[in-house]
Amino acid sequence: MQDQSLNTIAIAASIIMPALVLVPGVPMIAAGAISLMKQKRRKTAARLAIGSLGFSFLYSLAAFILVASRPGMNICTYTNWFQVGQSYVELGWILDPLSAVMLVMVSFVGLLIFIYSIGYMEHDENFTRFFCFMSLFAGAMLGVVIANSLLLLFMCWELVGLTSYLLIGFWYQKPAAAAAAKKAFLTTRVGDVFFLLGMVWLYSQTGTLLLYKGGAGAIEPAALSGLLAQQAGLGLTAAGAIGLLIFCGAAGKSGQFPLHVWLPDAMEGPTPVSALIHAATMVAAGVYLIARVYPLLAAGPCACGSTTALIVVTWVGAFTAVFAALIAVAQNDIKRILAYSTISQLGYMMAGLGMGGVAVGVFHLITHGFFKALLFLGAGSVIHGCRDEQDIRRMGGLRKAMPLTFLTYAIGMLALCGFPLLFSGFWSKDGILDAALHWSVARTPLYMLVFGALVTAFYMTRQVAYVFFGAQRGDEPAHESPRVMTAPLVILAFFAMALGLIGTPAWPWFRAFIDGRALSLDWHGFDEPGLLALMGTSTLVVFLGLGLGWWLYGRQSPAPEEQDALEELAPMPWGWLCDRLYVDELYEVTVIAFYSWWARVADWLDRRIWGGAVAGVAWAFRGWAQFNRFLDTNWVDGGFDKGCEELASGGGLLSSVQNGRVQTYLRILAGAVVALVAILIWSSRP
Amino acid sequence: MTPLSGYLLVAALLFSIGLAGALTRRNAILVLIGIELMLNAANLNLIAFWRYGPHPEALTGMMFALFSIAVAAAEAAVGLGLIIQIHRHAHTTDLDRMNRMRG
Amino acid sequence: MSLVFYVLAALTLAGALAAVTLKNTVHCALALTVAFAGLALLYLELDAQFAGFAQILVYIGAVAILIVFAILLTKGSETPKEGVYSKNSLAGLVMAAGVFAVLGWAVIESAKVLPNETAAPDVTVLQIGNALMGRYVLPLEIVALLLTAALIGAVIVAMHEKEETK
Repeated sequence: MQDQSLNTIAIAASIIMPALVLVPGVPMIAAGAISLMKQKRRKTAARLAIGSLGFSFLYSLAAFILVASRPGMNICTYTNWFQVGQSYVELGWILDPLSAVMLVMVSFVGLLIFIYSIGYMEHDENFTRFFCFMSLFAGAMLGVVIANSLLLLFMCWELVGLTSYLLIGFWYQKPAAAAAAKKAFLTTRVGDVFFLLGMVWLYSQTGTLLLYKGGAGAIEPAALSGLLAQQAGLGLTAAGAIGLLIFCGAAGKSGQFPLHVWLPDAMEGPTPVSALIHAATMVAAGVYLIARVYPLLAAGPCACGSTTALIVVTWVGAFTAVFAALIAVAQNDIKRILAYSTISQLGYMMAGLGMGGVAVGVFHLITHGFFKALLFLGAGSVIHGCRDEQDIRRMGGLRKAMPLTFLTYAIGMLALCGFPLLFSGFWSKDGILDAALHWSVARTPLYMLVFGALVTAFYMTRQVAYVFFGAQRGDEPAHESPRVMTAPLVILAFFAMALGLIGTPAWPWFRAFIDGRALSLDWHGFDEPGLLALMGTSTLVVFLGLGLGWWLYGRQSPAPEEQDALEELAPMPWGWLCDRLYVDELYEVTVIAFYSWWARVADWLDRRIWGGAVAGVAWAFRGWAQFNRFLDTNWVDGGFDKGCEELASGGGLLSSVQNGRVQTYLRILAGAVVALVAILIWSSRP
Repeated sequence: MTPLSGYLLVAALLFSIGLAGALTRRNAILVLIGIELMLNAANLNLIAFWRYGPHPEALTGMMFALFSIAVAAAEAAVGLGLIIQIHRHAHTTDLDRMNRMRG
Repeated sequence: MSLVFYVLAALTLAGALAAVTLKNTVHCALALTVAFAGLALLYLELDAQFAGFAQILVYIGAVAILIVFAILLTKGSETPKEGVYSKNSLAGLVMAAGVFAVLGWAVIESAKVLPNETAAPDVTVLQIGNALMGRYVLPLEIVALLLTAALIGAVIVAMHEKEETK
């Protein structure tokens, strides 16, 4: 029996593994096919996109089952791509628990969002283009997940960034959308430069960009020990420095402070885009990247129990979590609140990775993917129902008009706040808080994260109160969304609740799965010191936040022109928060001002100096050509002409002898006679 | 200086004078005069050689000179006739003006 | 080199010189006649009596007169306004001088090799007549032909053309 199952597993592995590239490949091919279609073939485009992603989902599911059946399995392949000098640049893909679970999450959530988009984008005339880009994005994101080589990961990373740009600026006729797309691209680019630097450094030190290569990969122990041996200044080892550089790239994509400025603006894109890219998947790519290269960051812990790199990651994450949550309190656009909420939760994930390791951070990533996608899709449903209204001060009372949306949105909101026991967000966030509690370096992140949880509950309650409760503030009555949009909401809501079950301390299936350990149901998991106290504290905090929010906003529904309740209480801090703590303005004054000055300098250089050099060369050539022409005309031609003239005048001179006068001829004759006679006499002398 | 040389020198001088006249005067008739002088100088040469040179044949020089005289007369006649005709056409005997045959 | 020779030579040369240098063309013709006369006398001095008399008859009697006639017919007595010498006459003079130089040099050089003088050949008119009719009859006839041709030619050349004189 054991042998048979092992055999099956081996056969399955041999079938699934080599063709794993189909998982990202099929959606990309579908994107290519859709790009060639005409705009009016909407059904075909939608079917192609959903079908390709469905195929990827099923394949991912099969791969997941394969990995789940054999704990701690880690299959990787690699091939040589091209040769550089003596060494090769390699590509490869990997199937281990981390990538398997990410594959399933990305493809499943993506599939649901695609189905949702059929309803949401129905009235848009660029339906086909939308699905082409979404399909391309899905393929690229799946590519990021299965990449074994940092180079392949970077390529798919850039492709993800590109499709994000295309999709944020989907309604490019709106100047705000075009500007937001450009901002997103440029800001993530800043992070990507550091990522590339880290990659190059890693390659130069270890000679390979493959992550796992049967012992010779870049993050396997042999290479790591080599990296640890080198110091890179500032108390960092080479491993830590490279890890931090890669973290910069992740910070850009995942919206950590200070590269978070693009995420709120990215809400200019359609809501399914926000749901897929900026909630569930692309922003999670940064977290996933850190999880992937975790051995690099965690190598060589110092006496304090953690490495410098991980400490930096934790602090950045914790700060971002609190910073973004505070700003979310004062926002009035339904999607912007959710955007800042995403930034905050990404901070949580980074802090979780820093303090607790891969399993802790990635569990929150998975649960967040589901409930944030749910929240965004719900917001999209609300916007669709309110006829493209996005300001929460102009919504209200939608509880009665859109009951299903309200129910699913409430489930998502409670999951995000971390409502105890029933909702997955509670378990995943508590996992992070637990890791913070046991962090040996400092206690402050714990306090920050707990405060962040309070604020999260507060602003989400504010939002729900504004949108769903109270009297209707909008101009027209809202209507419920069609079933194609509400069905994904229901499915996501189910998972938002059910996923918690795989992360409880009693049955830590997820952690065991990631770490590759065996698993058993163990109620004594709750006996860990301080765990119950922590759970109690976080429950208290959540209720406190909910209560505060309800007290300020839920009891009486504010009129649209009225000042916000909190604004009345504390106008100045409200003003700061409303203006997003002036980070964008700071960039405007420093980075952008410097860059425009630099661009002007470069333009001047280009026009005057390089352009001048080119013009100078051209001028020299012209001068040379003119000199040549002068030579040619005057000397060559002139010489030739003069020669001919001389010849002619010589002829004239000679012909002037024939002047028609007899006496001239006679004289010449006489001269000839003289000469001849003289010669004759001279020659005949004895 | 033998008599022969004397006569030859005189003939040479006469010849040069005739040549100078033919080459320098403007009037066509005077050119003809110069030519006649040259012919006469040649005749004098002949007669001088007939008198003082070796005599394989007794009469050769004399005959030569006689025939030369005859021919000279004929030539003078024709030449002067030509000059007269030219004078009728060009109303001048100035040789410098008669250059229509120039190259 | 007797005195007679020098006198006669001087006369001839003077006449020749005058013939080519005088301004009035008729004077030139007359000087030419003097030169011819001098030459005839030289022939007589050289014991070439027949040649001398032939010279007088033909040259002085015919050619000189002819020249005078031509001069008169072509209004040659008028002196042209540009002068009697042609353009570049100096070149001609130089040429003539060169010719004299060469000829003189030839004569003087050859004087060294000339044989001694001999006696005059004894030639009578009878002998000349016999030779003309005997040995030299062909040249004689040809000269006669030549003279005829020259005569006719001269007449035709110098003839008035009917259309022109009208």
